[in-house]
Amino acid sequence: MGKKIVVKTEDLTKKYDGVTVVDHLNLQVAENEVFGLLGPNGAGKTTTILMLLGLTEPASGTAKIFGFDSTREPLKVKRLAGYLPEKVGFYDTLTARENLRFIAELNKIGYAESEPLIEQVLKSVGLGEVGNKTVNKFSRGMKQRLGIADVLVKKPKVAFLDEPTAGLDPEGINQIIDLIGNLPKLGTTVVFSSHRLYEVQQVCHSIGILSKGKMVVQGALDELGRDALTEGRFKIEVETAEPSPQLTKVLKKIKGVIKVEAKGNVLRITTDADLRAEISRAVVESGVALIQVKIQEFSLDDIYMKYFHEG
Amino acid sequence: MLTILRKELTDYFTSTRCFVLFLLVFIAAAVAIYAANQGIREAAIDPGPVFIKLFTVTGESIPSLAVFIALLVPIIGIALGFDAINGERSSGTLNRILSQPIYRDSVINGKFLAGIVTMAIMIGAIILLVGGYGLRMIGVPPGPEEIVRIFIYFVSAVIYGAFWMGLAILFSVLMRSLAISLLFPLAIWILIGIPPSVFNPYINFFVPAVSDSISVQLMVARISPYFLFDEAMTVLLIPVWRGYGMLTSVTTSSMLPNPLSLDQSLLIVWPQLTVLIALTAICFAISYIVFMRQEIRST
Repeated sequence: MGKKIVVKTEDLTKKYDGVTVVDHLNLQVAENEVFGLLGPNGAGKTTTILMLLGLTEPASGTAKIFGFDSTREPLKVKRLAGYLPEKVGFYDTLTARENLRFIAELNKIGYAESEPLIEQVLKSVGLGEVGNKTVNKFSRGMKQRLGIADVLVKKPKVAFLDEPTAGLDPEGINQIIDLIGNLPKLGTTVVFSSHRLYEVQQVCHSIGILSKGKMVVQGALDELGRDALTEGRFKIEVETAEPSPQLTKVLKKIKGVIKVEAKGNVLRITTDADLRAEISRAVVESGVALIQVKIQEFSLDDIYMKYFHEG
Repeated sequence: MLTILRKELTDYFTSTRCFVLFLLVFIAAAVAIYAANQGIREAAIDPGPVFIKLFTVTGESIPSLAVFIALLVPIIGIALGFDAINGERSSGTLNRILSQPIYRDSVINGKFLAGIVTMAIMIGAIILLVGGYGLRMIGVPPGPEEIVRIFIYFVSAVIYGAFWMGLAILFSVLMRSLAISLLFPLAIWILIGIPPSVFNPYINFFVPAVSDSISVQLMVARISPYFLFDEAMTVLLIPVWRGYGMLTSVTTSSMLPNPLSLDQSLLIVWPQLTVLIALTAICFAISYIVFMRQEIRST
């Protein structure tokens, strides 16, 4: 790996009124990667982000960003980290540009530097045209993009985005996802929470799944899929016109096939390698009309559902 | 903090709320000038400097400027402060601001200061307006002592306003809902505005032995910032006023009706001013502490 770990928590715990919301959480995010924090509502995603930013005090444990303790040195952390809250809000009576300028001022970015920066950031999120409009005229998607701009204005080394795509239409989601995907190239590590698995899958290098405040699983996305779900095996689905017991027998003889299950017209075959070619040849040779052969790709849904069933 | 102060000031001065408040201020100033116009002729016969009477003379049925200010200032304070924190919270800007590299207290300090500056401008405007028009009307210029008195009165009015704003900010920190944080300070304002005579029967009921004495009644009344400000205002603006407390008719009748010097007047109202400042500080301190320890989560 050798990658620098920039976000790290050790036994991070938070309790609200005696209820443990985040429970001894250990989390690591390497530099310049997109980390997806997954979990159902109430799993502690937002609380974790707030603690990482030093906005909420942990009951025990530590959260560190670039080696700075979020609780003890919140200002240093906040200088490095950008935060897009779940329910992002702006000053409605100010224009997009003024809102960003205010944030730039709070970050002590001088006027000479901030003006071109604001211009560039607005353009990069596709709001270059409407920078001088007041925010109350903005749609939900525009506000969300302005939220990203707001994070970018301070040129953060790490950005925490809390449900950045919640409540957006599909096009809006794609725009946001594209923006997020580009951040590591600009030198920004991204941690974002979501429960939309598909979009996490699109951009994340690694994920962590939270459930009831505990990290259920954490790691690189592609490794997780196969290891976690199928113990390193493949699942191939074969749909035929009329499955017969003979066919099942034939298939079982193919080297590498571990299990064949018949369910209606579909045969589910567990193998230890990608045997699609061999299987389809066998089906055709047995004289049964082959309709389709599908290898099951492990989507995040499966990983997610599996861990939640376990949890 | 200066950034926040500046932003809050811009917010205040471009908001409809402030426009309405300024309108209110100017109407009050106009009415007060009208009142002064009606009453100044008779009042000028009484001893004491003339110019300062502009602020306290009443018209035939119209109250004086001082009464107007005592009435307006709480409204201005509450209007400026009631949504200071929970407004930001509900619009989702609070956690965005707090995730910037600033100290948390600079948010509340900046808001409080911006409110005080706004109020100072409003009260200053009303006093200068009435002073200016009054000068044109009566043609008697104020003496240096009168100017100092008016200035101290101005400062105490701002402190009085700061108390109400501090109270409103306190509720805006404590309450999540805007409507409730507006209602609470308004309710307190109305309650405090009730004259002490309404309370006296109750005090009588609970502690019959002591409540007959005027000093106890005064003490109870002096919990109220409204009463404190009223006392301070009267002493500052009416130089002949002798002060409060136990004045029997014998002593009053033997007093000379000449105005007190500034330092004597100040001596009388010093406790009142101190308590006003203390009440303001308490309100602000509580909201400060609560805000610093508060969870930022909106849910």
